[in-house]
Amino acid sequence: MPSVPETISRRHLLHTMSALGLTLSMPAMSTQAAARRRTERPKSVITLWMGGGISQLESWDPHPGTPSSDDLRAINTSVEGLRISEFLPQMADQMHRTTVIRSLTSEEGDHERGTFFVKTGYRLDPTLTYPALGAIAASELPDPTVEIPQHICLGTDQFWPQGGYLGNEWDAFRILDPGHSQMNLKSAVTDARLASRMHGLDILSRVFRHGRPAAESSTLHEKTTQDALRMMSSEQLRAFELSDEPILVRAAYGDSRFGRGCLIARRLVETGVRAVEVSLDGFDTHVANLSGHQSQLAMLDPAFATLLQDLANRDLLDSTVVLCIGEFGRTPQINPASGRDHWPVWFSCVVAGGGFRAGHVVGATPGEIPDRRRPGRPKPRPSDPVTVPQLYATILKTMGIQWDKEIMTPSGRPTSFTKSEPLASLLGDG
Amino acid sequence: MKPLSILFCGSIAGFLIFAVRSAGHIAPSPRAAAVLNTEEQIHVAVKRVDDWFRDHWTEAGIKPAGRVDDLTLLRRLSLALHGTIPSLEEIRSFTSDTSKHRIARWLSKMLEDQRFADYFSERLVRPLVGIDKGPFIVFRRDRLTDWLAEQIVKDRPWSQIVNRLIAGNGLWTQDGHSNFITSALLVNQGIDENRLTGKTLRSFLGQRIDCAQCHDHFFAEWKQTDFQGLAAFYGQAKVTAGGVIDREIEGGQPLVYEVVVPGSKDGRVVEPAVPFHPEWLSDKGSRRDQLASWVTHSNNRRFRRAAANRIWGLMFGQAWHEPVDDLPNPGDKQGLLDILAGEFRDHNDSLKFLIRLIARSDTFALRSDVPHVADETYGKMEEHWAVFPLVRLRPEQVIGSMFQAGSILTIDQNSHVFTRFARFTSENEFLQQYGEVPKDELLRQTGTIPQALLRMNGRFTRDLSKTELLSSPALILSYSGSSKSIVENSFLTCLTRYPTAEELKEFVRRMAGATVADNGDQEENQKSSMEDLFWVLFNAPEFSWNH
Repeated sequence: MPSVPETISRRHLLHTMSALGLTLSMPAMSTQAAARRRTERPKSVITLWMGGGISQLESWDPHPGTPSSDDLRAINTSVEGLRISEFLPQMADQMHRTTVIRSLTSEEGDHERGTFFVKTGYRLDPTLTYPALGAIAASELPDPTVEIPQHICLGTDQFWPQGGYLGNEWDAFRILDPGHSQMNLKSAVTDARLASRMHGLDILSRVFRHGRPAAESSTLHEKTTQDALRMMSSEQLRAFELSDEPILVRAAYGDSRFGRGCLIARRLVETGVRAVEVSLDGFDTHVANLSGHQSQLAMLDPAFATLLQDLANRDLLDSTVVLCIGEFGRTPQINPASGRDHWPVWFSCVVAGGGFRAGHVVGATPGEIPDRRRPGRPKPRPSDPVTVPQLYATILKTMGIQWDKEIMTPSGRPTSFTKSEPLASLLGDG
Repeated sequence: MKPLSILFCGSIAGFLIFAVRSAGHIAPSPRAAAVLNTEEQIHVAVKRVDDWFRDHWTEAGIKPAGRVDDLTLLRRLSLALHGTIPSLEEIRSFTSDTSKHRIARWLSKMLEDQRFADYFSERLVRPLVGIDKGPFIVFRRDRLTDWLAEQIVKDRPWSQIVNRLIAGNGLWTQDGHSNFITSALLVNQGIDENRLTGKTLRSFLGQRIDCAQCHDHFFAEWKQTDFQGLAAFYGQAKVTAGGVIDREIEGGQPLVYEVVVPGSKDGRVVEPAVPFHPEWLSDKGSRRDQLASWVTHSNNRRFRRAAANRIWGLMFGQAWHEPVDDLPNPGDKQGLLDILAGEFRDHNDSLKFLIRLIARSDTFALRSDVPHVADETYGKMEEHWAVFPLVRLRPEQVIGSMFQAGSILTIDQNSHVFTRFARFTSENEFLQQYGEVPKDELLRQTGTIPQALLRMNGRFTRDLSKTELLSSPALILSYSGSSKSIVENSFLTCLTRYPTAEELKEFVRRMAGATVADNGDQEENQKSSMEDLFWVLFNAPEFSWNH
């Protein structure tokens, strides 16, 4: 039986590929991306995706003592006057690094439609697939020294972020079980045998290219094969591994899929990856909302807090936008099953780093339960409402991306990354 | 080993010897259906399409690519109609048929195969209800797909199928068609008329007017009021415990469709209305019955042009007009879609007839390669359909083809239950890793890095190229007889073609080298070479692309 190598030897692979006359472009790995800090570093974005719709009341916008509360306590934080859920004690110590937006608004109360809207800033349009925020960031700020994908999704997000009209190459590269699964990154055969296989593949590719070179090239089949090979032999793959992280650090993030994902997200950003999503599913608490959130937030709290602390300690927080958001919030009223249903009318998100203001709160929401049965009564609204497109325009601006850049889609339809303006009040210099 | 198992293995091995060594003439398979008596009608219709293309290419000053060989044509048909490449068993049977009409005969056989109904219904269902799970309990995608497959088996006219989808009542578990309506159910809000209207217009009429839900169409003549008038036809549809129904009265009051203008408190009642040809509306039945009669009316050119464009897209992997559901208004000049639509209508809106017509056209049989032409010329040929387009296979086509290549025998509804179960479970895992195709399944796609990694290092490639038990690599290795036969059978099994001289030379050298190698076990070396060969074939561009 041939031995199964752990990773491909870069030197050996280059040697054998070159001996076979194969054209594999592999630029020298740069450590610059990892070495750069603060303003000299191109910005990245980490999205912590709260799948199912995190309750604002059990997280960032509790209303203790009001009809919408569910016997939940609010606790003080490192920002004077800002109180958050008792389920987030570690985050309470990190709130001075964040902006809390309590007045996000949406009109999409369905999981798929809500997710699409919050991930792209556009409502679901059956005639055009808009790119997710991460795909825009990765495509606009490519880094040729990064040999692994620039847009990565960690976890089992059902509606994982996609490239949309920007193309499949900007779809997030998915790692379903971060820290445990390598998602086909390792070859099952020896370097020599892989090189021999690649030689055979080169013959078939050449035969297929004959008579249709441009068409074959447009498929990106050979390019993606080469990119995959480059990735398989890259030292940067270590960013996906946790074995060289101290046990204490791993423990601080939490040994959950989400905790491991957050730690890997930090490693990826450090390596120069532009956009990472870490997903935490399970917030769709139509039944037993309080206990459901308690167990979910027990994973979110240490991971999010440690991520912010870790990024700050490494001088990476200034160059990394961290956004914690879900597809909508949950109803102020509690249903007969002790759950909360979908509520897009207002919901919360937390954004930190990358030039966003620190220790800041935007918007306020009512504590009473809106009576939706009385027609004619004005719909309840939060104060200082913020729309998702405004938030994304602001993130793109702080990342140095032209937020309203006009794009011509492959079907010839003009559009732009966002149709909203950035909110200067959210940024540190605003 | 139990006697039954021995018998089973023996019969497989016996067939295999036939499959990999067969060279003489074998009578066509008895499973092949006789060519239908509509042969003459198809011939006339195909000639119309071919004549149109001939004039089109002449006008554009283009010479089309040559005709492809029959094996490649068989692969195209198998991918389009069954979603997989043909098995070595089928290839041997096909090449044994020396009739000059063998493509027509095999086309008929494929259309009568249950795999066609199952696969095509799945593809037709996607634009109707999307790919997400849909509403809890009241939406059963499997029932809708099964129902559609039954209609396809019966060759029920497309107009009747669409009529049932739009206007049918019933329970989502028993009456599969009703899931088209229940798919648009919103939690606590009832049926989303706008969503159904958008789908109706896109899927059945090839018109994207979703934007008119909120404002007049920017580029076409569709008005917001047109959209609202059409949505009102769904305004009385209800999902009840007894299933989908229409209700004219609710709470003692006539049930009306209201539109609420943002910012205002009160709704405005909108009556059902169509934007053109109101005389096509039936005056009988429910509002949905009336809408269905208008959509499928025999004079509604949009309806059959949309069907022709979609079926063309499913056959070629690329719609004639893109996007597939955004067609221009029918004009005075007879375009390709008008010819196809006319033939479709004249032949009872039969999907099978339309498929036969497209599959037997000269255009479907064009080569996708044109040696020694400039990129610019090739691009112009692509633009005018003078070459067969290069299209990425759908994820289920890729894994289906890998599974089929892993077996000498055809994997179909008659396959062993373990085989089908293994394929089903693996397919789901594969799709998750490969990346699901968006709802608009006829969008042009490129390859991605995760797909390359999955092909190169994934367990599917590893498992299906193993030389174990009754896998095709093991059987080909055992029964082919010579290195040349091993390589040829492997190419046929995976790529539905024979190797070129260069390929044959290289891989025969490798296979022969493995048998004389003195470094270790010869049998192990041979197995490794075989697995390497299958790896190369699975990773070759032409395995993942229709060409």
